Parts: sequence; structure tokens; C-alpha cells
Amino acid sequence: MSTTTAAAAETDADERMAPTSRMTKVLRRPEVGSAIAALIVFVFFTVYTSEFLSDQGVGTWLNSSSRIGIVAVAVALLMIGGEFDLSTGTMVGTSGLMVGVLTTHFGLNIFVAVAVALLAALAIGALNGLLVMKTGLPSFIVTLGTFFALQGVNVALTKAIIGQVAIQGMKLVPAYDSIQPIFGGSFTLLGASVDVSVLWFLAVIAAATWLLLRTRQGNWIFSVGGAQQSSRQVGVPVLATKVRLFMTTAAAGWLVGMITLFKSSTVNGATGVGDEFIFIICAVVGGCLLTGGFGSAIGAALGAMIYGMTQQGIVYANWDSDWLKAFLGVMLLGAVLVNNWVRKRAEVAR
Amino acid sequence: MSTNESSVDQPEDSTDEPVADTAEDGDARTSGAALPPRGTPIIEVTGIGKSYGQVIALHDVTTSVRAGEVTCVLGDNGAGKSTFIKILAGAHEHTEGTFVVDGISRNMNSPRAALALGIATVYQDLAVVPLMPVWRNFFLGSEITKGFGPIRRLDISGMKRIAKSELAAMGIDLRDVDQPIGTLSGGERQCVAIARAVYFGARALILDEPTAALGVRQSGIVLKYIAKARDRGLGVVFITHNPHHAYPVGDRFMLLRRGRSMGDFAKSEITLDELVRMMSGGAELEALTHELQQDEPDSALTKSLHDEVETS
Repeated sequence: MSTTTAAAAETDADERMAPTSRMTKVLRRPEVGSAIAALIVFVFFTVYTSEFLSDQGVGTWLNSSSRIGIVAVAVALLMIGGEFDLSTGTMVGTSGLMVGVLTTHFGLNIFVAVAVALLAALAIGALNGLLVMKTGLPSFIVTLGTFFALQGVNVALTKAIIGQVAIQGMKLVPAYDSIQPIFGGSFTLLGASVDVSVLWFLAVIAAATWLLLRTRQGNWIFSVGGAQQSSRQVGVPVLATKVRLFMTTAAAGWLVGMITLFKSSTVNGATGVGDEFIFIICAVVGGCLLTGGFGSAIGAALGAMIYGMTQQGIVYANWDSDWLKAFLGVMLLGAVLVNNWVRKRAEVAR
Repeated sequence: MSTNESSVDQPEDSTDEPVADTAEDGDARTSGAALPPRGTPIIEVTGIGKSYGQVIALHDVTTSVRAGEVTCVLGDNGAGKSTFIKILAGAHEHTEGTFVVDGISRNMNSPRAALALGIATVYQDLAVVPLMPVWRNFFLGSEITKGFGPIRRLDISGMKRIAKSELAAMGIDLRDVDQPIGTLSGGERQCVAIARAVYFGARALILDEPTAALGVRQSGIVLKYIAKARDRGLGVVFITHNPHHAYPVGDRFMLLRRGRSMGDFAKSEITLDELVRMMSGGAELEALTHELQQDEPDSALTKSLHDEVETS
């Protein structure tokens, strides 16, 4: 009896396997939606404004995309791992302020100060991760707490130490010129002035994509986001994977903090506040599921490009820059609807 | 919970072991290479029991799991099946009786210890990640890598090939191991979980109600894979509440009721009808049929119950 059912089922199984076309396979990639959207935005502003595709224009939106994109890619990794981080924006300010205060006020060696800020960022990231994993509280709440705590500390502590909320005199710090080009430098490429941050951005995309698709760590990131309990059962180190992800977003915040500090030679207590939502929007527009387990680094990078291009495009088009937020909101909703549909198709048995 | 924690905190290196293993064996790892001859007892439990403080969850259970045979554990909800699985899987330590693996009496207090002895458990949720491709699920936690240092990377083509051939050996032929495992049917997913346990060195396979959530056809597919695992020389423990699923593939039947064993029978000692009767507790079932008939004389449930009473 069992053999006949089994045999019937076997032939059935083959029938049910509809051949997937190359096109369908491409459409299933998480970054497809954002690639199409980025192309539309690019073509629109190229046609609509004259400055957008000029040497100077390209440089401007590339630079602004890169500063958002570095953290957005890290946030995408974390979201694929099933968690949120709302403290990334303030982390940019915190690390920049820390270096500023340590060097201008306490006279610490600038290289040491940069390293100290990185260690502090990693420690805060690890704390976020451990709090989330050990308490079982949603990361949204835990990092909302860190977000507000850091926001307060950034302003209050800076004011208490240096008597004002903005760093001044960065350029007078010894050895400033030897470290400035690493984070805040720029170079000319085909007539466009391009910041070093664009190179950092490319490096972060490449590293994150390699990590996600070609390493065991990457496999674990997808699995802890997709099904945490199952991952545990097959021996994936869930705690370590998630803590590392929180440390990664914190480190990305530090990197952008350094880029901001050394690009403009100042940061203030409000630097980065509000950007945490932009990072998350970029990641979601790039195909990351809010529930975890699905997404890509390239998608988040494209999301950041959409943001950067729109931000500058609106300026070139002489529109009110407040339209940017309205646009982002609509993009986010559209992206979530598309992602939801993709997920249903991927999860439900055919 | 404590066992989960230990597996979380374990260093990455420990997951390297199966990888090193498979690297040596390659995909030459086919049926029964390391398996004892058919009929050799792998697990023997005698008078085993478990109490949680005052509560006696399981008492005086005796059965055996032999290579190339299927031991069915039957019982209704709350009969003690879960407790029995947890003891076999190493999740709970037994508090009475003896638990012998390969002729040596053991006290196992972690799933890892059970796995080390080749006892693998496939739980109802299957421990798969629906959105991940089949091959990534197959190797999750024990990925094969190549290269060293910064270029140490997943051996993707190797893992795809092994996953495909291992699944084929279990009789499931997937065109594309790259599809998300969530797109497979329930029976196929069960099969992937079984094939994975077999590939990673299971000699005794504990299946926790693999047919419980499945329809008739899907259940049939899973029964086929159970038979396949048995034919490869594994000892299979098949936990179910459905005697109609158990009887066709089972070699040995152990019935649980209210935490106690109602007997441990070889297939030759018991018929399907007797099994059904013992499972349902004959008289109770008759009373239930009678009661239902008064309310809903034509319902499908009543009819099937009636049929079961008639045949037994």
C-alpha cells in the first residue's frame, strides 16, 4: 500500500516542479526592486535637471549616498539577522564627539583617540546585543533605550566637559593632517570630486556581500534571522552571531562618525540623530524583510543610492527639500508591500 | 532551555568536527558504512522511567532499537511519548531503569552526548529555516568550507552536490536544491531533515510524530522515507499516535498509556486490529461511537470510528 502511494507521489513531485525561468530567478533576488527604483530615480533627475549628471553633481550625490550607505549595509546585515538597531545614528555622533573631546580637550594622541572610540562603539554594540539576547526583549525597545541614552549623553556630557555642544579646533590637533585623508580625504575621478568615503562604501558592500553569501557566518546570519530556534537545534551559535551583528552596526556608525569628523573637522551633539530611520528605510527598500532571514547588502547600498540621488536631485530641481521625506515614506511603504509579497511566494509551499 | 544555552555558547570549533569528518569521507558516505549488522541492538531501555519531583511522567518502559528495524512508539496525547523521546534524545536524564547504548549503560544529560553516540532526533518543527535554500539548510551549522584565513569560504558546489545526492539516496529527487526549503511540501521537508541526520552520522534516528501534521499522501511519502532509512541499516524510532501509519513500517511496537508501557511487541506478536484496539482502549471507543451516533449519525468521524470498532 505504501509503495503505490509513494510511487504516485514521486511522479507527482516531478510534475509539480515547474521549470523556473531565468527571469523568475532574477526577480526573486532581494535587490531587484531597489535596482529598478534606483534606475528610475537616476533617469528622472538626469532628464529633469541639468546639474544631476554633471561632474560636480555626480560627486555630490555619490558622497552623500556613501555616508548613509555604510551604515545602511551594516543595518541590513543586522536586519537579515532578525534584529533592529535604532542607536546607529547617535553612534555616529558619539564616536565623532568622543574623538573630538579626547583630542581637543584632553590632548590625547589622535590615533589613540580614534582607536578608543572604535573600542567604545564595539562595547556599546556588544551591550546592545547581550541585552537583547539575555533579556529576550525586542531589539527595537533595547536600542531605542540606547538611542535616547546616547543622544542625551552626546549633548549633556559634551557640554559638561567642553562647555559647548560642538567640537572646535580639530585642525589644530597634532597629526590631524596625517589621519584626515584616511577618513575625510577626497580625490578627483573623471572630473568629479569624490570623497574617500565612497571607497569605504564600496569596501563595506564587498565585504558584507562576501560575508553573507560565501561564509559560514553569513549562513548563520540568514538562519538566526529566519528561524532562531531551528538554528539553535542544529548547533548555530545564535548568541555570538547576533552580538557580532550589533557590534558591526556600531562599528559602521563609528566609521561614519570618523568620516563626518574628518570631512568637516567638526561634529556636534545633534550629529546623526534621525539618521537611524534612514538607514532602516534604505535596508528595507533594498529588500530586507522586517522579520529577518532575507535581504542583501547590495540592496541596502542601492537603497542608500536612491536616498542620496533623491536628496541631491530635489535640490537641483529647485523643489522644497521637505519633499524628500514624503518621497522616502512612500518608497518605504511600496518596498514593504513588495517584500511582503516576495516573502509569501518564497515561504508558501507551491 | 539549559541545553539550548550550552549549544549557543559552544565555541565555533566544535561545529568543525563533522566538517572535517565529511571532508575525509567525501560523498562516499553511503548506506551502512559505519552501521552495525542488521538486527544488532543499538539502544536497549529496560524498566526506564522519569519523574519530575512528585510527578511520575514515565514508568517502567522497556523496548529496544535495532539496526535496520523500525521501533514504533504509540500513544495518545499525554501518554508520555514526549518524555520518552527526551530521554532517548539526551534532553532529560532518566531517573529509573537502565539505558544501554551499544551494550554499555549510559546516563546522557545533553543532546550533544546523544548525537556523539549517533542518536539523532528529528523534531516536529524539523529545525529548518524556511527562507533558506535546501542545500544551506542541509548543512546549516556544519557547513563545509575551503580555503584558509580571509579567503576561507563555503564550498558551495560541493555542498549542493552532496545535498542533491544524499537526497536522491533517500529517494527524493529535487531538480533544484537552491529553492527555499519553505517551498517544499511537508513530507519533503521531513525527508530533508531525515537525510541530514543520516548524512551527519546518525545510526539511530528518532522521529517525533513525523506524520502528525500531514495529509494522507504526504504521510505516505514520509513512511516511504522511514522505510528507506531502515533499509540503509539505521535503527528508527517512529513516534506516532496513528497505528495505521505505524503498522506497515514497524518491526516492533511499544504502546504507552498514562506514562506506562502497555507492552512491547514484535510485529509477529500483534496484528493491526489488536494494535488499534489497544491504542484506543476498545470499550471507550465503542462508547464514544455510540454517543456520537446519537448526535451526528452520518458524520464522517462517526463512520470511521464505527468501521474501526467493527473491524476490531
